[in-house]
Amino acid sequence: MRSNRVGWLLLSPTLLILFIVGIVPFIYVLYVGYFDWNIFAATDMSFVGINNYRELVFDERFLDALWVTVRFTIFAVLSQFVIGFILAQLLVEEFPGRWLFRLIHTVPLMVAPIAVGAIWRLMTIPGFGPIPFYLDEWFGINFNIGTSSEQAFLMIVVMDIWHWTPFVTLTLLAGLSALPQDPVEAAQVDGANNWQIFRFITLPMMRPVILTVLFIRIMDALRTVDEINMLTNGGGPGTATRTLGIHIFRVVFPGTDYGYGSAMSLLTLYFTIVICWLLFVLLTHSPENSKSS
Amino acid sequence: MNYRKVARNVLKYAVWIIATLFTVIPIMWMIVISARSRVELFDDPSFIISSFYEENYTNVINDETFRGYMWNSIVVATGNAVLVTFLAVLATYALSRYDLIGKDNIFFTTLTQRMAPPAAFLLPLFLLFTQVIVFEGTDRRWDLYDTRIGLILLYCVFNLPFAIWLMKGIMDAIPSEIDEAAYVDGATTWGVLTRIIVPLVTPGLAVTLILSWVFAWNEYLFAATLTAFDARTITTGLAEFVTVTGTNWGEMAAVSALTLIPSTIVVLFAQRYIVTGLTFGAVKD
Repeated sequence: MRSNRVGWLLLSPTLLILFIVGIVPFIYVLYVGYFDWNIFAATDMSFVGINNYRELVFDERFLDALWVTVRFTIFAVLSQFVIGFILAQLLVEEFPGRWLFRLIHTVPLMVAPIAVGAIWRLMTIPGFGPIPFYLDEWFGINFNIGTSSEQAFLMIVVMDIWHWTPFVTLTLLAGLSALPQDPVEAAQVDGANNWQIFRFITLPMMRPVILTVLFIRIMDALRTVDEINMLTNGGGPGTATRTLGIHIFRVVFPGTDYGYGSAMSLLTLYFTIVICWLLFVLLTHSPENSKSS
Repeated sequence: MNYRKVARNVLKYAVWIIATLFTVIPIMWMIVISARSRVELFDDPSFIISSFYEENYTNVINDETFRGYMWNSIVVATGNAVLVTFLAVLATYALSRYDLIGKDNIFFTTLTQRMAPPAAFLLPLFLLFTQVIVFEGTDRRWDLYDTRIGLILLYCVFNLPFAIWLMKGIMDAIPSEIDEAAYVDGATTWGVLTRIIVPLVTPGLAVTLILSWVFAWNEYLFAATLTAFDARTITTGLAEFVTVTGTNWGEMAAVSALTLIPSTIVVLFAQRYIVTGLTFGAVKD
């Protein structure tokens, strides 16, 4: 092995940048979170210990935003997974037009989240958006995401389904296409029906891909800000679609209480890391993996 | 038996059509709106563009401010993508070839930075950019707030872990015997990297570069909080259409369409690699 000093030298710019923009802010949040700090007040920072965190546990707006985030993640990721799996199963065999499907469905993945918000905003504007227009014309439903909390929440889930189902579909499709066909053929010879093949062969073999997709989707859904902020104008109506990210961006950040804001940022970070870590453990140390290896 | 096969095909194409319509209609509608004048906006929804109202586009493109935003986006995305790809090559080569203490931890830590909700970093980054990294010159004060270089560095926080995860697999796939042989022949580390490694990883390098570019181009939250005017990007410009200028839906749609152009080009040229990229190389398409 050559001198490790060269290795560290090659790694150092990366570590330096990630340290400054990634680790330093993290430590800073940790530090400021123990203080009462209003930057516009004449008084200096005052140490308040864990009071900020104690307050947070009873902060209704924070808990509300947390609940919206969790609900959004569950509804969106679950729908994407179910739809994505069905689509992938249907499209796994080669057929004319499959390449076009893949091409078209890759587009939403690369669209800027803020533009996704803008696109769906145009779809839902009362007056000329096609969704309110046709719902009214065909079913007599009054659709207005500016006033109805349920409709607004439904719409952010639909928007996320539009944005990310293609990712789930295409990834699962890639996984399905790469599966070896021998076990399936062997099972067919043994007289297994389609459901049994799916349940006992396809699903277990797809497990790593499925977990990867869920891991990435949950991680990203928990931090969704841009498109929802754009679609519902900052989490409206009221706080119906105000996720944690939007809460910090629209309420805490422009506010003045930096200590409290830092505590909230850290708790958000902690909450996300715990969920991601649990998923990661599930991903890497699954019982079936260790059995097979 | 044939009957079942026909039914399955019908089902397949029906699903194909519904899913594709669902994906295409919102984008189509955006283009329709971008082609309508203010007066035509409230016409019934129709996806046929009868007359193209170019003013939505020309107004935006001729606007000084907007051109500035567009230019900033291009500079920031390109600068960041090049920086990130360059650093990722060095870093993954080090992680792949050298026996560094705690390298698995370093590798994993980079992922946690990608997991972290960006909103949680807004406050400290704002303070870092305005209060901490400050150079007091004789005539003026210089900090990272509202600078393009600030955004270029900042976007490393999500793009660098991504690039490292993507490049690591590619780097590991190159047998180390190849560079060992070069070292025996007296090559320097830099020589090995530029003459042997880079040519071998060029396709992976291109994918990393392109995808990092798109992610930087698409970013909104950091740009919205850490810039005011000089370094504003096109995504923040798009958001401003709704909040500041009242809402000129036609022009907003035109700007959305403009932001979509690079994404569409990327899809056309790099479609095969996007799934691999978005899963950090975990799933090969």
